[in-house]
Amino acid sequence: MNIHIPTPLRAYTGGLETVSVAGTTVSSVFQQLTVQYPELKPHLFTPEGKLRSFVNVYLNDDDIRYLPNKEETAANDSDELTIIPSIAGGTSCRL
Amino acid sequence: MPTAIEETVELPKLSNDEIARYSRHLILPEVGMEGQQKLKAAKVLCVGTGGLGAPLALYLAAAGVGTIGLVDFDTVDASNLQRQIIHSTATVGKLKVDSAEIMLKGLNPTVKVIKHNTMLTSANALEILKDYDVIADGTDNFQTRYLVNDACVLLNKPNAYGSIFRFEGQASVFGTKEGPCYRCLYPEPPPPGLVPSCAEGGVLGILPGLVGVIQATETIKLILGIGEPLIGRLLLVDALGMSFRTLKLRKNPECPVCGPNPTVTELIDYDQFCGITPPSEVGPLEVARDKAVTDLPVVDGIPQISVQELKRKLDAKEDVFVLDVREPHEYKIVNLGAPLIPVGEIALRTAELADKKDSEIVVHCKSGARSQRAALALKQAGFTNVSNLTGGILAWADKIDPSLPKY
Repeated sequence: MNIHIPTPLRAYTGGLETVSVAGTTVSSVFQQLTVQYPELKPHLFTPEGKLRSFVNVYLNDDDIRYLPNKEETAANDSDELTIIPSIAGGTSCRL
Repeated sequence: MPTAIEETVELPKLSNDEIARYSRHLILPEVGMEGQQKLKAAKVLCVGTGGLGAPLALYLAAAGVGTIGLVDFDTVDASNLQRQIIHSTATVGKLKVDSAEIMLKGLNPTVKVIKHNTMLTSANALEILKDYDVIADGTDNFQTRYLVNDACVLLNKPNAYGSIFRFEGQASVFGTKEGPCYRCLYPEPPPPGLVPSCAEGGVLGILPGLVGVIQATETIKLILGIGEPLIGRLLLVDALGMSFRTLKLRKNPECPVCGPNPTVTELIDYDQFCGITPPSEVGPLEVARDKAVTDLPVVDGIPQISVQELKRKLDAKEDVFVLDVREPHEYKIVNLGAPLIPVGEIALRTAELADKKDSEIVVHCKSGARSQRAALALKQAGFTNVSNLTGGILAWADKIDPSLPKY
């Protein structure tokens, strides 16, 4: 299935906006994603393996936090996952 | 959708000049005389007059919003003008609120501009926000995002939210009774440094224009009480793909601010909440957050060296190895001729520096923060004599070689 990668995280997917990953549940797709792109892992998961609270994941149009089975929701190839990170910019940074 | 302005106030009359000015609104049945009067009665606070606030405030003034409040404590810099179209070359160096007022009054002299030349803080936010009908958040840092959100929820004011990063934008309307707030979407801020920030920052100049105009549109819809505002929806804008998506947002039943059992019932210390040192009163918040390390001889075991000291060492032909850790596109803008290894690649590329293990290495970036991180990484990798150039290449341009461009 396709996962949409937001701009701030594309540095870790070789610049790709969409990556295609196999898996049967949201969590197995994420597992596979971080195997394929290991540098993404610390940005998405805590050291304990929990999805970070400032990262939102949408399965199609739904926030997985509000799906009955959350990360264990079944997913198939026609579904789309979107990662929505916090961004705060109103102007550019000056560093 | 009810209007966001207080309905108890008697709507102000329009003069003949105003009727002429707003004729394209007046002939729209969805606006009409009453809508234009609502706009005239409305008070909107723009938090920030930067990339988002600039087009936002301009369009609100053009549309006839009667009172526009501006919160900003910064001054106009030449590098702002690539996107902050409320300022101009002639106002570089002026306070942003003064500069913005000139442009807004020039566009529409009848608009009342209230200037808040201050940093929004927990101590003043409720007092500043309370007199406005709609708040439009166009700030550039997480502390103020959470502060504005919480203040809007506590005061029951809608927040036309917009945010940008490089080519990507977000917009929504938070803080209404029926809809979610920013904390429902993001209960906690990212820890500083984890989300790629300034090092890979930058923004396409027109993107804040796009997103700021969406905020202005939402603000005007809220005032007029028409259409479907982005309450409970998050608009995602991708300028490169030119794609727009909206996602459903839910009100979090456990939200600490807007949930049924709130634990945040007054404004808190947002610097602490975001895990950062408090911003200074001078300079933009993002510099304060990721601030260049200054004036301390040693920070986390890394000696801090001044540009004057580095110049002295180089002039004296001391054996010092200078390393630039910025990105290649920054190197093209200006460089000191030093070899380049971007900060993100340092840990992987230490082998290239194997013969420098015990040499004196001075690491520099743009202003000194990334090079501090790089110096720490080198130290961890076993390099024994690494120091950080205070103020980076900007300080070099300021103090040593004024012919260099600053970016």
